[in-house]
Amino acid sequence: MTAITELNVNECISSVTLSPVSRLDLIKYAGASGDFNPIHTIDEEAEKAGLPGIIAHGMWTMGNISKLFTPYMEQGFIQSFSTRFTGMVFLDDVLTLTAELADKKEEKLIFTVKAVKQDETTAAKGTVIFNLY
Amino acid sequence: MYKHLIGKQSEKVENQVERGAVAAFARSIGDPHPLYVDKEYGKYSKYQNNIAPPTFPRTFSYGTIPGLHLPVAGLIHGEQTFEYKRPLLIGEEIYCHSKVENYREKRAASGHLGFLTLINIGEDMRENNIFTSKVVLVLTEQAREGEDYYDSNHRA
Repeated sequence: MTAITELNVNECISSVTLSPVSRLDLIKYAGASGDFNPIHTIDEEAEKAGLPGIIAHGMWTMGNISKLFTPYMEQGFIQSFSTRFTGMVFLDDVLTLTAELADKKEEKLIFTVKAVKQDETTAAKGTVIFNLY
Repeated sequence: MYKHLIGKQSEKVENQVERGAVAAFARSIGDPHPLYVDKEYGKYSKYQNNIAPPTFPRTFSYGTIPGLHLPVAGLIHGEQTFEYKRPLLIGEEIYCHSKVENYREKRAASGHLGFLTLINIGEDMRENNIFTSKVVLVLTEQAREGEDYYDSNHRA
């Protein structure tokens, strides 16, 4: 694990590639988050909503992105975390999560974060401002 | 269709950052780090406690905004932002409310789209702001024409 304080601009913290998205992942997230919108868990409901199949909660993807920073949470904290959900995530999609240091301003480390699918399309993109203690 | 609700807000609702809920949430995002789930680890950490993952406020109740009803179908979560003063600590009470920040409509290739911006606020018992989150929901034509609605005790 690279020390987060030693990163240079344009360098990344360790990326993570998730297992293919499973229905159980989304059922667990629905239960833990309280978001029971059935387009995330029940095929017929997703189809009724005009989708080809169930889609992952955007917040599931965002929650997964945050774990890139968890190992550093005693050196600082996430002061700001913003994401745009730019593409839908379906069952069996494989997401790779990345965080690249875009800028440094004293105690603030500004990262560009992304969740990219196996076909190279972006499912979520945003910014994390990590504030060092 | 929501323009008249801009500025409307909910009453504050008390939420607890509950240990079991944090552990279940951390596992559901594949992040069962001891800082979130191990009591002993938390005690000897910088926080002298366990903390919650940054997207945990998704689980809180923010009260009901009078008059706001969200459609069941055709609602897309477009954007999400969290701003924190500090991480959430296990066991603390957070008082949450929500307000309608903005609503605007745009014509897109896929039809008429509505963009609803909600702000969710979490404060400690002394009314110090701990976090503010912003949610942008995109309402498609289907959402605007739908007949089934959630009440506004939405979560985000």
